Amino acid sequence: MNSEYDLIVIGGGSAGLASAISAFDNGVKSILLIEKNKELGGILNQCIHNGFGLHTFKEELTGPEYAFRYIEEVKKRNIECLLDTLVIGVSPSKVVTISSPKYGITNIKAKAIVNACGCNERTYGQIMIPGDRPNGVFTAGLAQKYLNIDGYLVGKKVYILGSGDIGLIMARRMTLEGAKVIGVSELMPYSNGLNRNIVQCLNDYDIPLHLSNTVTKIIGKERLEAIETCDVDENLKPILSTKKRIECDTLLLSVGLYPFSPLIFNAGASQYVKTKGAFVDQNLETTLEGVFSCGNVLHVHDLVDFVSEESAKAGKCAADYILNRRGKLNKTIYTNALDNVSYLLPNMIKIYSNLEEVTFSFRVKKPMQKATIFIKDGEKLIKKITKFDLVPSEMVKVSLKNINFLEYEEIDFLIEETK
Amino acid sequence: MEKEMICICCPRGCHLLYKDGEISGFSCLRGKEYGLQEAVAPKRVVTSTFKVNSSKINVLPCKTSGPIPKEKIFLVMDEINKISVDLPIKMNQVLIKDVLSLGVDIIATKEQD
Amino acid sequence: MVFDCIIIGCGLIGASVSRYLSRYKGNILVLERHNDVGEETSSANSSIVHSGYDPKPNTLKAKFNVLGNKMMSQVSEELDVPFIRNGSLTVAFNDEEVETLNELEKRSHENNVECRIIDADELQKIEPNISSEAKKALLCPTSGIINPFLLNVGYIENAMDNGVKLRLNSEVVDIKYIDNLYHVILKNSEELITKTVVNASGQMSDKIHGLLEEPNYKIIYRKGEYILLDHFNANFVKHTLFMCPTKVGKGVLISPTTSFNYIIGPSNDETTINDTSTDSETFDSLKESAKKLIKNIPYINVVRQFAGVRANSSINDFIIEESSNFKGFFEVGGIMSPGLASSPAIGEYVSELVAKRLGLKKNDSYNPYIRKHKSMKNLGISGINELIKTDESFGRIICRCEKVSEGEIIDCIHRNCGATTVKGVKKRVRAGFGKCQGTFCQEEVVKILARELNTSIDKINYSEQDTNILKVSLKGKKDE
Repeated sequence: MNSEYDLIVIGGGSAGLASAISAFDNGVKSILLIEKNKELGGILNQCIHNGFGLHTFKEELTGPEYAFRYIEEVKKRNIECLLDTLVIGVSPSKVVTISSPKYGITNIKAKAIVNACGCNERTYGQIMIPGDRPNGVFTAGLAQKYLNIDGYLVGKKVYILGSGDIGLIMARRMTLEGAKVIGVSELMPYSNGLNRNIVQCLNDYDIPLHLSNTVTKIIGKERLEAIETCDVDENLKPILSTKKRIECDTLLLSVGLYPFSPLIFNAGASQYVKTKGAFVDQNLETTLEGVFSCGNVLHVHDLVDFVSEESAKAGKCAADYILNRRGKLNKTIYTNALDNVSYLLPNMIKIYSNLEEVTFSFRVKKPMQKATIFIKDGEKLIKKITKFDLVPSEMVKVSLKNINFLEYEEIDFLIEETK
Repeated sequence: MEKEMICICCPRGCHLLYKDGEISGFSCLRGKEYGLQEAVAPKRVVTSTFKVNSSKINVLPCKTSGPIPKEKIFLVMDEINKISVDLPIKMNQVLIKDVLSLGVDIIATKEQD
Repeated sequence: MVFDCIIIGCGLIGASVSRYLSRYKGNILVLERHNDVGEETSSANSSIVHSGYDPKPNTLKAKFNVLGNKMMSQVSEELDVPFIRNGSLTVAFNDEEVETLNELEKRSHENNVECRIIDADELQKIEPNISSEAKKALLCPTSGIINPFLLNVGYIENAMDNGVKLRLNSEVVDIKYIDNLYHVILKNSEELITKTVVNASGQMSDKIHGLLEEPNYKIIYRKGEYILLDHFNANFVKHTLFMCPTKVGKGVLISPTTSFNYIIGPSNDETTINDTSTDSETFDSLKESAKKLIKNIPYINVVRQFAGVRANSSINDFIIEESSNFKGFFEVGGIMSPGLASSPAIGEYVSELVAKRLGLKKNDSYNPYIRKHKSMKNLGISGINELIKTDESFGRIICRCEKVSEGEIIDCIHRNCGATTVKGVKKRVRAGFGKCQGTFCQEEVVKILARELNTSIDKINYSEQDTNILKVSLKGKKDE
């Protein structure tokens, strides 16, 4: 290991792997990829179900297979990977502090950093379900790790709160391994998981999905004994007359993921409140020059293929930065997520010499069968797009090209539901 | 016979309609094939883990090399749970050849030295 | 075998008594009904070392609180427990409350505790986030915050280092007094014989005492719910902020913890024994009360909500005495707030009563220090790097939220009263205490525990016996 690199990539999961490969292919050869675990691949290693890679490889792969393809590419390029190592600090001058069994606590200097360290699951402390605090309440991801990495079920009678994809995948997985999955509650009137997962994970195994329903109490002294569920009204408040007691030994939480990486914020990068990730421009560069962010640590993606795509872009943009290829900054435009848009990325557009296209990613606040997306600069309409079947669980991408970005001061996204 | 289905080939989740041997609502060829199959004899790829003989790791992931009839899923799971395999494991190494004579293999989906 | 002393309960008080008793030569046993020490009130409280200005003068509370607070600097040094004298501020928002502050200041002088009233300007200067409606505050510099789990574990670890025995999962169901000896009967019917008994069983103390004679007090269970925030900002609140006590009650406090989390609470509701459930109404009312002290508390940083049960006594003071009917039966009951701050003073005092009753000799080889924890705080980066050279596990961070190394986890397992459960590790080294609540590290902690305790991962308990996390594996059935 050297004391200086052109690029340090934090995280060896889908985002880190793709960005390191792309940076390499775009001319940066001095790269260090740092991974906390003893192997590369990140969370993909525990996502043993299939459905990955349809966009990237035009075939359906399991998580470990998808990771394997990227790991092979990293190996081919001889990109240096430091495993079993945690980044514990990042300074504004891009000095990365690591803790490693091999090298101890030490500093490494970088010209650019790609932060690709993934997201957290929301825990039960954060959603604050009233009641006892017994063992037997797990985030779906932790239960997945115990089952798929260690080979053990965490319980036999399972209830699931939240219809996020990991919860749905785990409903099927635990059923296959012999557990009884009693049901799934979703607070919202619509599912937060992909349709295909409702079909092949719940319907295939006759597991009921209760929409507008939630867990209102946890019961059990040492181990979970039961839960109480309630339907909720339009203000998401429990309707007490619908209270039901369900005996179970395990409650899985699939109630959302969120970016969590204080590292770069401690170094001074700005945070985007709506995603809890970094505030970035179209090159995935944060407000800290030369520090890039991509994958689920930037915003939570619905598909790993999109993580890879975004991260490859971050890798390329980091290479452009390191190799001084992007020219002079002419103008910065800010973007705003307005009506019905829950978040919008990038947060700003930095116009260096020739900017041809900007791809925006956003999510909608509510399901809409048909909607018109208005892209505006104040009152000035830039573009209008009609889309069908928009749901909050799916990320939407829209491109702006063949326009002169220099003409605009701000870019607003508004969505109107159309009948 | 008429049957409504949601396509599971990709995350798009197209709404398919099967009617008199014809399928509609798909957006790609895979979806069409899926719909025709799903209407008459649904099939699924099964993914699971298998026991590894090692002191360091307990299990590794595996899958069926192709889709199998839905009603055979639990029988195939039983077969997968019976095996225990020595290291090293190669990517896509065959663990059970022609499982239950269904014409598909159980293959490893991860390498391990 | 006849024990010199059996201490019932290994919460803060039982553990402290055992530690101070280990200064004497004797055959001492501590019985704990749970699978780890300090599982009840001792591990779910405000973690504040009160200064002692508040208790009514001439009560046992006042006496032991003031003394215990003074002892805490040395005790925390000996037992290597994080302890910070961050000072407390009791805040008044109107003239009536200012009047109360004046009375409290007067009382602090009677209790011999240093306190002074500061005005709004000074208050805003030292606590910039405090509500602008605050008028005055009573500043008490000797008030502190401590890690109560490590204090509890430190007491018993040190006691065991000096010869005391601890038995976990040993619930006392009966006590008989026969021929000047106590026969202590456990749930598994085992009978232990001892010359003296110390009843430090917290919430159970009136019931344990009742096995011999009708106690002169009753335990009143009061639930305290808390909200714990992440360490999002090291300077959000520096002092422990109390509200001025009113006729309605004491209000809530907001305080940093020794790990720079922030704690808000407690509620104060009637409850039943060891009921640590939480509810949303209490959460909302805590938020509402806390608003008075600090307007904009970022609840987005909530890590968890938890509750503890206070074992208050019906006579509203500590009960620390030898039974007049049963010589050698020492009651240490009703240890409500400020029990944490009082714990070393109570332990020292009770140990002397017991030693005197038994005529025990000093243990000349008594060492008041535990083996120092190999933490970043103790060793610094260069110290940790030295350590990593010979033991790489100190470079491997397992808990990324709280930055806990594998080496620290291993060390907390291989000590007297070491961790044997996931919760035990969490209490001792904070792995799993952070924002992710163990989502990332719990699985690794289970594996480390299994390896270090020489067992399989499915045998590792979360907390009590038979709370193993991993339940079923169908893999490789053919082999079995």
